[in-house]
Parts: sequence; structure tokens; C-alpha cells
Amino acid sequence: MELDSATIPLLFFIFVLAMLLGVELIRKVPSQLHTPLMSGSNAISGITIVGALIAAGRTESETAVTVLATLAVVFAMINVVGGYLVTDRMLKMFKGRGKQGGKS
Amino acid sequence: MNPDLVRGMCYIAASIFFVFGLKMLSSPATARKGNMVSAIGMLIAIVTALSAMAEIKWAWIIAGAGVGSVIGTLAARLVKMTSMPQMVGLFNGFGGLASLLVGWSEFHGKWAGADETQLFTMVTMFLTVLIGGVTFSGSLVAFGKLAGVIAGRPILYKGQNAFNAIILIAIAAAGVFFCTQELGQVEEARLIGVYVALVGTALMALALGVLSTIGIGGADMPVVICLLNSYSGLAACAAGFVINNNVLIVSGSLVGASGLILTNIMCKAMNRSLANVPYEQLVEPQDVNPRMEMVDVAIVIGANDVVNPAAREDENSPLWGMPVIDVDRSRTCIVLKRSLNPGFAGVDNPLFFKDNTRMLFGDAKSSVTQLVSEFKH
Repeated sequence: MELDSATIPLLFFIFVLAMLLGVELIRKVPSQLHTPLMSGSNAISGITIVGALIAAGRTESETAVTVLATLAVVFAMINVVGGYLVTDRMLKMFKGRGKQGGKS
Repeated sequence: MNPDLVRGMCYIAASIFFVFGLKMLSSPATARKGNMVSAIGMLIAIVTALSAMAEIKWAWIIAGAGVGSVIGTLAARLVKMTSMPQMVGLFNGFGGLASLLVGWSEFHGKWAGADETQLFTMVTMFLTVLIGGVTFSGSLVAFGKLAGVIAGRPILYKGQNAFNAIILIAIAAAGVFFCTQELGQVEEARLIGVYVALVGTALMALALGVLSTIGIGGADMPVVICLLNSYSGLAACAAGFVINNNVLIVSGSLVGASGLILTNIMCKAMNRSLANVPYEQLVEPQDVNPRMEMVDVAIVIGANDVVNPAAREDENSPLWGMPVIDVDRSRTCIVLKRSLNPGFAGVDNPLFFKDNTRMLFGDAKSSVTQLVSEFKH
């Protein structure tokens, strides 16, 4: 797809604003949440699944592309599903008390 | 309504879920819900992406997503609590690898079709492969070090910096060559050269990821994983530029930026591990250290480097300057530990040999259970 000279600055504009937002969002995180936050944002970085799905699903592309993209789907899916579940398990530990959290 | 417009709106909605999810994740009361919110955002993004295609190779998608989901679920469910940081590292590496593969497959499609390509697309494909590769192999090393597969101590060798510099120069050269090509116009012989440049970049990126993490001690690995997490966000962001997709750019750069900040925060306050303790009862080292002389008994369970007095006393120690809990200044210190082996950083702990320290060898969990039951009788 052809990007015109108006789209490219727009994409950068979004990029820069999102970077600034990312900095602001987590400025005051307590140290106990460092690992869960790292894990949770790691799951978000699995968003590359969207790119992988688009590339793998295209019917007009040749097999090599589909194979590469399907591998990308596998790894991105591990990142997404595993990332969210493991973060949830970590955060469950903080709830503690009443119900037994972890095994450690 | 125009379906493209609806999909654009859905991507914006997904991005909003990510933003609020991250925000909620950084506060103890809302963290768990925040993770859920962010997961819903991911679901929206995935459904939207699939709805964008009129015809889809469903078999490939279902197979890939199914295998990935099963592996991810099993890994997240079966991993021991204490092994979670390295599992996060591994997941993160896979995210980087996925971005690399997306960049590569996009390139392969354009290359095979000798498409018209812009400088912009070539640059972003190159960056996706480069950052994705470094993230993948670097995360594997971090995983290996924390899991004990690779020696935790820093692995250093002669000429390390020079070698790294050579790789960096080679990557830059490959990058300049690759990015300045126009796939639709170069002749066949050169087209092969362009492919070689990209695969070469991927291999060099993998080497760079290994070389730049292998020299770092195991104790610093959580910070390294955090930095690599930031990279995997940037890799996803670069992939978003390749396929011109806003949700990838927004979420990728959110993770990229917050990961960088978090890395910085973690460096300052390193090594606070998770425990099954209510959040309100946890105390920061800087709050408890001034009162340490008044403490009768300090019990150390499953910690080593974070209670190593060498961080205060020995300028030559690799731990020098790291914030530690000064348990050695309490009246009596009891350390529950399996052996006198050093921790992740691979340095001996003088705490174990101090006059006011008692060692209680054995599995810390059973030692504590035993102590508690003896108190009850």
C-alpha cells in the first residue's frame, strides 16, 4: 500500500503522542507492582498479533508468506495469552487473605 | 456505515482499553481489573483485524492461534510462582520473534512480487526485524540466566566491545543498503542481495541480543527483561508502521515508553520480589533501614543479594551501591537457606559469616512450617 506524504507525519504524530502518554501513565507505580506491570505491558506488546493475523489470513499471498506469518501468529498468541494469564496469577497473590493465593 | 470507519473506531476503542488498563495496572487496588481491561482491548483488536478481511485462510489462522493459545495457557498455568519473572521474559522474547516474523513475511510478499516500495516502508521493515531479533535472543538469554540454564554470573571475554562495535557497524551497513533499495526497480541479481541483507540483519540482531545481555549478571535480569519488554513494544510499533496500522503503533509505543520509564524506576529501586503478603504490610527498605538497630530478630527467607552488606561495604563488589535491606545491623539475624551458595549475582554474601547471623539450613518453606509448629507446642 502506498503511503502519501500526509499519512506518514500523521503516523509519527500518533507515535509521539502515545510515547508521551506511556511515560505519564506509569510515573507513580509502587515497587510491589513493578513485576506485574512489566508482565501486563508485555502482554500488550503482543498486539503484534494483529499484524500477524492480517499477514497470515491474506488469501492472495504465496505459501512462504503464510507460513512465516502463521509462525508469527503462534508466537504472538503465546505472548498474549500467556502474558495476560501470568499477570493475573501474579496479581491474585496480592489479594491474599481469605482465599489462598499462590503456592510459593 | 462504511466498514473501514467502524473498524477504525474499534481500533481506537482497543487503544483506549490499553491506556486505561495500563493506568489501572499501576495502582494496587485496581491492578487486577486493569489487566482484564487490557485483555478486553486485545480481544477487540483481534476480532477487528479478522473482520477486516473478506476472504481469510482460516485453517492457517485457527491452527496458529490454537497452538499459541494452548502453549501460552499451559506455560502461564504450570509455571511456579518463583519462576514467573523468567516466564515473562520468555513470553516477551516470543513477542519480539513474532514482530520479526511479521516484518519478514511482509518483506517476502513485497520482494516476491517486486512491488513498488517506499523508503519509509523499507526503513520500518528493517527496524521491525532488527528490534524484534534483539528482543528475542536477549530475552532468551535473560530467561536462561534466571532459570539457571546459563551461568548467572556476567560472562565477559576479551575484545567484547570491539566485537559488538563491528556487529553494530555491519548492521548499519546492511541497513543503509537495504533501505535505499526500491524493490520494484532493482534487477534480479540485486534483489537476491536485498534478501540476503535482511536475513543477515536478522542473524546479526540475534547475535547482538545475546552479546549485549550475556555480560550482565543474573541479579540485574529483571531490569533487563523490563528493557527488552520496552523493545518488544517498539518492535510491534515498527511493525505497525510497516502495515500502516494505528492500533499497533499506539500500543507498541505505549509499551515502549512505559517500559523505558519502568526500567528506570526499577533500576532505582531494585530487587523487591513478590510475596504472598498483603500489600499494606510491605515496607520499603529506606523506611526500615534507619530502625534496623532496634530490631531484635531479622529473619531472611529466600533472599540473598538484596540483604548483602557488600553493597554498602565493598566498593569492588558488583552489588556496590544497590539499595539493600541492612538486616546485618539487627541484633540477631537468622537466614533460612539451602546452602551457602551465592545468589543470582554470583557473589558471596558476607552476611552469612557475621557474628550476629545464624544460618538455618534447609528448604525455607519447611523450616518456617517447622518453627511455627514448634512455637505452638
